[in-house]
Amino acid sequence: MTLNILVPAALAYVIFLFTIASLAERRAEALRASGRQARFLRSPLVYTLSLSVYCTAWTFYGAVGYAARSGLEFMTIYLGPTLVFVGWWWLLRKLVRIGKAQRVTSIADLISSRYGKSNAVGVIVTVIAVIATTPYIALQLQSIALSFGAFTAGETLAPQQLAMWVAVGLALFTILFGTRNLDSNEQHHGVVTAIAVEAVVKLVALLAVGIWVVWGLAEGPTDMLARIAQAERPEWAIEPGRWMGLTFLAGVAILTLPRMFQVMVVENADESHLAVASWAFPLYLMAMSLFVLPIAAAGLMLLPEGSNPDLFVLTLPHALGQNGLAMLAFLGGFSAATSMVIIAAIALATMVSNHIVVPMWLASRQRAADRGLAPARDASDMRGLVLNARRLSIGVILGLGYLYFAISGGSRALAAIGLISFAGMAQVLPALIGALYWRGASRIGAAAGLVVGGLAWLYTLFLPSFGPGVILGAELMAEGPLGIGWLRPHALFGVEGLDPLLHALFWSLALNATAFITGSLLSFPSPVERVQSAQFVNVYDIGQGDESPGARGWSREAAENEAEDLLAMSQRILGAAEAQSFFEAQTRGQGKAGFLPDPTPDFLDKLERELAGSVGAATAHAMIAQIVGGRLVTVDDLMAVASETAMIMEHSAQLEAKSEELARTARQLREANELLQKLSVQKDSFLSQISHELRTPMTSIRAFSEILMDDEVTGDEITRYARIIHDESIRLTRLLDDLLDLSVLENGQVNLDIQRALLGDLIDRALMASNSVLPHRHFTLRRQSADEEIALSTDIGRLTQVFINVVSNARKYCDATAPELRIAVRQRGGKVVVDFIDNGSGIPKKSQMLIFEKFARLTDTHQAGGAGLGLAICREIMHNLGGDIAYLPGQGGAAFRVSFPARLEARARAAE
Amino acid sequence: MKPPRAPLFLQRETYRRRRIMDAARILPVVGFVLILLPVLWTRGRALSTAAEAVYLFVLWLVLVLAAAALSRPLRAALKRDAEAAERRASPAPDEGAP
Repeated sequence: MTLNILVPAALAYVIFLFTIASLAERRAEALRASGRQARFLRSPLVYTLSLSVYCTAWTFYGAVGYAARSGLEFMTIYLGPTLVFVGWWWLLRKLVRIGKAQRVTSIADLISSRYGKSNAVGVIVTVIAVIATTPYIALQLQSIALSFGAFTAGETLAPQQLAMWVAVGLALFTILFGTRNLDSNEQHHGVVTAIAVEAVVKLVALLAVGIWVVWGLAEGPTDMLARIAQAERPEWAIEPGRWMGLTFLAGVAILTLPRMFQVMVVENADESHLAVASWAFPLYLMAMSLFVLPIAAAGLMLLPEGSNPDLFVLTLPHALGQNGLAMLAFLGGFSAATSMVIIAAIALATMVSNHIVVPMWLASRQRAADRGLAPARDASDMRGLVLNARRLSIGVILGLGYLYFAISGGSRALAAIGLISFAGMAQVLPALIGALYWRGASRIGAAAGLVVGGLAWLYTLFLPSFGPGVILGAELMAEGPLGIGWLRPHALFGVEGLDPLLHALFWSLALNATAFITGSLLSFPSPVERVQSAQFVNVYDIGQGDESPGARGWSREAAENEAEDLLAMSQRILGAAEAQSFFEAQTRGQGKAGFLPDPTPDFLDKLERELAGSVGAATAHAMIAQIVGGRLVTVDDLMAVASETAMIMEHSAQLEAKSEELARTARQLREANELLQKLSVQKDSFLSQISHELRTPMTSIRAFSEILMDDEVTGDEITRYARIIHDESIRLTRLLDDLLDLSVLENGQVNLDIQRALLGDLIDRALMASNSVLPHRHFTLRRQSADEEIALSTDIGRLTQVFINVVSNARKYCDATAPELRIAVRQRGGKVVVDFIDNGSGIPKKSQMLIFEKFARLTDTHQAGGAGLGLAICREIMHNLGGDIAYLPGQGGAAFRVSFPARLEARARAAE
Repeated sequence: MKPPRAPLFLQRETYRRRRIMDAARILPVVGFVLILLPVLWTRGRALSTAAEAVYLFVLWLVLVLAAAALSRPLRAALKRDAEAAERRASPAPDEGAP
């Protein structure tokens, strides 16, 4: 076989891929146009296969070489990712969820978005990614150059020249595919489908060679195992440090490699595909690794000493005359290399254009706009710029890869080159884990960790990888910079004898994590960072479709669309009719017809003012800025919105408080009014009562005095009538006395005559005095004389009057056949409480409030005595004595409670 | 005759789902420990490279099978979760990203 066959074969393969990619792209386009989902193109199977971009030429060629050199160690590179995928529930699930929720476009975007949308952090990650990927791309170029070389042993071939042409070809292919269009989600259906096909090609090729080795060269698995045992070398023994370290490193790499992030998170169509990939991808890795050791063993035994083990996959069938198989292996290796280069270049180009080129261009445009040289924003221009930036980035990245290959000489083991890349990308790990799980991780910390870790990696692994004397001088490698021994790149801080890779991995990650944590602990995050940290760490608590304040990019709406958006928004706020008339007027003002004015600053100012009237200035500004300015709502805007909202809330709270107060006042007024009405009614009834009460005796006095004026009255009759007149006038006098007394008491003008006495004596006196009322009724008295031994110092006369009144009432109104009166005395603090309880039927509930009113008489039948002023007077007396009299319901009869202070202080009385 | 015992947990399915999630979390830890096992064997050179390879591939297959067994119920849980989230939130407007 010669180049005459290989080159057309490779070209034919590339054209085949191109066709597949275009077909997939077109199919996806057609499906999208008809509103359907591209189901197969976005199936879990295609997703899993696209993940196989992890298996590059390193796997295809390098793994066998690795196995021939170090035995089973090559498996760590696949066991690490297996663990990460098997444990997808921990980390990948969250990563993909966040990636989708935040519409992340690359790993640099994820990190920068989490740390307050800091472009500086994004730039650092991008730079690390570009530097770290360079050796990886060089590895692919080297493998392709080697594979061409393997077939053309006789011909003179310059590998560097060949690699250059390969790089140019791949750059073209990637540019054609990866930058055909700008997708809002950064998803590339065509490329992903092509990658999935390539995954099948490389798997089939490697399996074919493996099966041929196991069943063709050897006699089945058992025989193969025996041969492996024969081929075993002492250096195949597992080195514990490297075994553990590389498993970890590979697990980290699958998370942080830009191309893996691209296919795993950015190109992910459905979270649930991850569930399938969790076992299918490890299965793929296992299938890829299954025949590595047999091929290595067969190569070691059958091929001449000194042949490059990295090419066993190719040279073994070639040397044994299996040209078809060799061709398949060649295509498999070619496909493995191209898929990696394409995806890595696309991913890196996205990062470079989004984090470096576009911000720089925008800044320069802004400066130009400030000087009035160019319009500040032009959407169509932008699109072309982004695409061109990506095309350029792809070229530069492949150029760097070629440069690395050219400088490093292209003769090193493939696996060793790949691991340098892994260790470089691993520097993103602390910031990534912090982003996902630690609220306190801050921008300063992330930037510090990335820079420190990146520098440590450069110094201890990347720069030395060119070999002594190329970039770092041999003297520096051996003695350290300026002869400082503990700064030697392979023995940092005196750690000697460690494997250079482990040494670099340990120091770079240790320094990285230390700087990250220290920086985070010491710095104070900005508000955006806090918002984003909550969005990331608590992604499960936030609805999936939730639009975070920062998830919006700048919109590329044309002016017409913007005006339409503005109208839609304004309608929601101002109401349809008002918004439409405002827009129409503005449009007419601009000399146009219709409803959609050009979004000139003047119009926007007016609209903002209009909206501000409804939603507040800051909100209006933020809303308009979001549609027109296309810029992110800044946190200052949000703060202003928040403070405005807070103010409005405060106002409404105040209003609420005021309205409550008003309601309270109204209630009080209503109550006062009711009281006044009641008082008025009382006054009226009092007047009518009193005139009635006065009138009755007056009538009889007048009648009898008229009779007396007649001459025909006998002496006997005169005496009788005179007594009646006398009685009536006494009654009248008593009534007037009572009224006078009541009025004096009510006005508080009464003079109290404070004396000392025992309560028991008072009650005795009251009982004696009231015996005159209905003297024929016999009352059973129940008293506790011992309780009554209370010395009082109050107006004894008035108090006795109250007691007499209460006891007389009991005598008058108790309707029991065997009437009984219980007098209970208690002392509570300085207060004396005397209860008078009889066993009659008591006073009905509705009347209990009335009995203390003037002229309140419950029934006419008991009109026997007084004018109904007794209890009213009693109450006034008790108030004057600093006490009270109240009806005590629920005692099995009428019960009155008289309570008063045992010692009436002159001062307390004055206060009343 | 004994009366049928009342189930101890009312929401058996939810409980089972949570334990499956636990299992999914433990699986990689177990896998890591088992992957490190050959390191210990190497000390004594008890096994040949071929035997270690057989062990590792068998372990690999077991991990794949375990993950496959867990993936179906986890996928269902994921779907339910996503649907719940969808219901909670209003559909996000389609928008361009830089």
